[in-house]
Amino acid sequence: MLIKLTGGRIYDPTNKVSGEVRDIYVEDGKIVAPKPNARADATYDVKGRVVMAGAIDPHTHIGGGKMTIARMLLPEDHRGDPVTRTELTRAGSGRSVPSTHVTGYRYAEMGYTACFEPAMLPANARQAHMEMGDTPMVDKGAFVMLGSDDYFLRQLAAKNDFKAIKDYVAWTMHAAQAIAVKVVNPGGISAFKFNQRALNLDEEHVYYHVTPRQIIQALARAIEELGVTHPLHIHGCNLGVPGNIESTLATVRASEGLRMHMTHTQFLSYGTEGDRHFSSGAARLTELVNKTPNVSIDVGQVLFGQTCTASGDSMRQYAIGKSANPKKPVIMDIECDAGCGVVPMRYRDKSFVNAMQWVIGLETFLLFDDPWRIFLTTDHPNGAPFFFYPHLIRLLMDKGFRDDMLQKINPDAQAQSELLKTLTREYTLDEIAILTRAGPAKSLGLQNLGHLGVGARGDITVYRDDPDREAMFATPEYVFKNGELVVKDGKVVKVVQGATHVVRPDYDKGIEKPLNDYFDRYLTVRMDNFKLPDEEIIRGDNGAIIVQPTGARAA
Amino acid sequence: MPSSSARKAMAERADKELFENVASPFCGTLPDDLTVERTDKGLKVVNNACGQSVAGFERKLPPSSPQVAGKVVDLATAVKHAAKLVGKAKLPLYGGLATDVEGMRAVLALAERSGGVVDHALSEVQYRNFKIVQSTGWIMSTLTEVRNRADFIIIAGSDIHKLHPRFFERIVSPPDSMFDVTAPKRIVVFIGKGLDRSGAKGSRIGEVITLACDNEQAGDVVALLRARLRGFDVKPPKSCGVKLAEINALGELCRNAKYGVVVWAPPSLNFPFADLAVEQFTGLVKDLNQATRFAGLALGGAEAAVTASAVCTWISGYPLRVSYASGAPDYDPYCHSIARMLKEGEGDLLLWIASIGPTLVPPATKLPTIVLGTPGLELTAIPDVFIPVGTPGVDHAGRLVRVDNVVSLPLKDLGRAELPIAADVVASIESAL
Repeated sequence: MLIKLTGGRIYDPTNKVSGEVRDIYVEDGKIVAPKPNARADATYDVKGRVVMAGAIDPHTHIGGGKMTIARMLLPEDHRGDPVTRTELTRAGSGRSVPSTHVTGYRYAEMGYTACFEPAMLPANARQAHMEMGDTPMVDKGAFVMLGSDDYFLRQLAAKNDFKAIKDYVAWTMHAAQAIAVKVVNPGGISAFKFNQRALNLDEEHVYYHVTPRQIIQALARAIEELGVTHPLHIHGCNLGVPGNIESTLATVRASEGLRMHMTHTQFLSYGTEGDRHFSSGAARLTELVNKTPNVSIDVGQVLFGQTCTASGDSMRQYAIGKSANPKKPVIMDIECDAGCGVVPMRYRDKSFVNAMQWVIGLETFLLFDDPWRIFLTTDHPNGAPFFFYPHLIRLLMDKGFRDDMLQKINPDAQAQSELLKTLTREYTLDEIAILTRAGPAKSLGLQNLGHLGVGARGDITVYRDDPDREAMFATPEYVFKNGELVVKDGKVVKVVQGATHVVRPDYDKGIEKPLNDYFDRYLTVRMDNFKLPDEEIIRGDNGAIIVQPTGARAA
Repeated sequence: MPSSSARKAMAERADKELFENVASPFCGTLPDDLTVERTDKGLKVVNNACGQSVAGFERKLPPSSPQVAGKVVDLATAVKHAAKLVGKAKLPLYGGLATDVEGMRAVLALAERSGGVVDHALSEVQYRNFKIVQSTGWIMSTLTEVRNRADFIIIAGSDIHKLHPRFFERIVSPPDSMFDVTAPKRIVVFIGKGLDRSGAKGSRIGEVITLACDNEQAGDVVALLRARLRGFDVKPPKSCGVKLAEINALGELCRNAKYGVVVWAPPSLNFPFADLAVEQFTGLVKDLNQATRFAGLALGGAEAAVTASAVCTWISGYPLRVSYASGAPDYDPYCHSIARMLKEGEGDLLLWIASIGPTLVPPATKLPTIVLGTPGLELTAIPDVFIPVGTPGVDHAGRLVRVDNVVSLPLKDLGRAELPIAADVVASIESAL
């Protein structure tokens, strides 16, 4: 099967192609060298169209228990957006926490071909993968959460041999079928169970006497020495707290040369200036990260409207619960493993704080120099549901539009937005292609994804070049997945099942002995039942597993 | 959809086999530390048994065959007949739903296709919780967390020991727990009369306190406790059976707890407006978290009820009581109760799945009925179509979601009987439409 896309303008930053007119050939699901004389089974005339690799969302909460709690919590969210079954697609519900199938369809209809769930609790891994198994169209993968689990904290507190910590991290990645590791409010989820209500970077956990700094450094080093491509994915201390820019800057400095990814930094870049003691820390954050090449970020942009926040950060979500709208927060302490907090949220442009959050996110995008180290996210659904991405892209690409929107927000926030008004930067299509494809693929170590070179997977999105970038990115003309046309004019035309990406760093199987003892002694699940075998994803969920390479393990 | 042959062990079965780390589908807490032996006499739980698991695993299955109107037919004929009934129906009702994740996935696909209503047999019980979480939120814990962390446990109006015979042994009085700050002796408070307290014994149990009100008044007693904790001058009515001093003392214990847990089981709260009792339990937890740590733990979840609501929620967006009559999910926790619909004569076909326990029978109805049931299901009427199906975790492998809504567990194929798998039967009905 050979297909040909002719005459498109190609934006493929990985291969340094910027808007050149080229034909693309896809044979048996992969991009191949041009075969001008071969007879194509299908030819798509995409003259004048913008052609990019399929988009990749490196941080979107699409699967796992907390999303299903959020779905159950908010029937009112779904009621206005019913999705009817068709001959091709399943029924479901949309809006901020869509049902699984609808999530897959809508991502694909927006030109996305891969999505990564960033907060899979080991104890909830089976359900997270089952939900992702019911999310069609896109490839997927998940970051497993560590850092507030008692096994790791016991290891760290006991000053165990570092090798054992690495073995445990790698074992967990295998057991939970993960592609990366995330730490959320390092140690803080556990500390909250001991009734600590805040945990600063150098504050001791009341029971384990370890600090978030030590936790971050241990995990970041473990990831690096295990050869895992994506660096430790960090949701830092003090999320949402005015003044948290200080601990965020200190966390960046704590990397001490280790690779780190700081996630949804918008929620972690708050100063205390101004009459209301709430201000933007974006300039300070970007100034530091711009010159810290081992650190990457994603933004977690806030956009206005009803959504629902869902996080592993039970400590901070409990505190944020007083702002819940509607007023029904769910908080959980989970399995000596982690926690979660689901807090419905309505971001209002007339609210000073919400408007400042919007400003801070945009400043972060516009002040950040290196597009390879920043990813476009709303932390779906926490800052806004993912279907706001085209709107966000327009805000980044269109200064006039951005200024118009700025006129509509809370006047005090406008008054505190002198910096944003002066930022004339408009993102280019090359930069958007990096933020939404090439960058995430590189950071996650996805071989053959996120670019359009020979050997790449045939995941391709074709847009009409509309000066209204929101309209352009909302409704791609064509989306191909593995070389098959799956979306035409923004509607699914073929349903496919994506693969699950994982990594398998080496570890010493001897770790299972102390782990098994720990499970038998303390837990309510047996170790053998905790582990998620390939078979459940492949046969149970009708999926496929792609093992991405890892570097050599250091010691 | 994996075929039944793919999910069954392919090889010839040995005459005798020992299975370790077996999870029990017969209890919502899915204890997974059982050892079960299969011999030519059937299954035997040889380690970590309880009355429920013995009754479940060791039940002898009567011979059973697919039937149409009471007459034995082959499976293909039964499926064809069932498909004909589903095809004719304008508003089929998919009830019972005691099945595994795969089974629920198949039911939802069929319900969408046929414009039906989806509801679990024990929804009314689960809705005692859902109504509250959907209106006020809550703060909850999970089994492992409580086992290791709780120093103070309130059992609120619920006969936990009867519903979960191993709960006290596994969660309240484990041989040891992780944190040396957790009191070696736990205080256990029963709010309610006639609750089986015999589980509250063992080296980890300290003081056991009982507030002997009627179980229906557990919510009221907790409301009084909350009022006292806020400093309101209130007294229990004489009819309550609990004295003010007892409530005050309980308040003191609550304040002093480091990690208190309020445990209830919705199936026990079998009285009108039981959701309002749940609201008091979760409200107490919310109040106490302002200063110390407290969490709720809701139990129950038999007959795969939690699995049914979880899968229905991620696929439709709603926790059961969903109608696909319009093609899109329409949620109405009152109207789309299948129990209510049957009573009111709504719907025109009932498809009932009871693959776990033999007592989960469909309500009496004049509607044409298809039953996918475990052999020995105690039916009171002959359904139009009966198809015997295996029990997940006994006759075939599967997966279930545990009662605390976080953990899900794999279920083993113990090779008790060669029976069709509910998910496969439902999928074949759909393909035959």
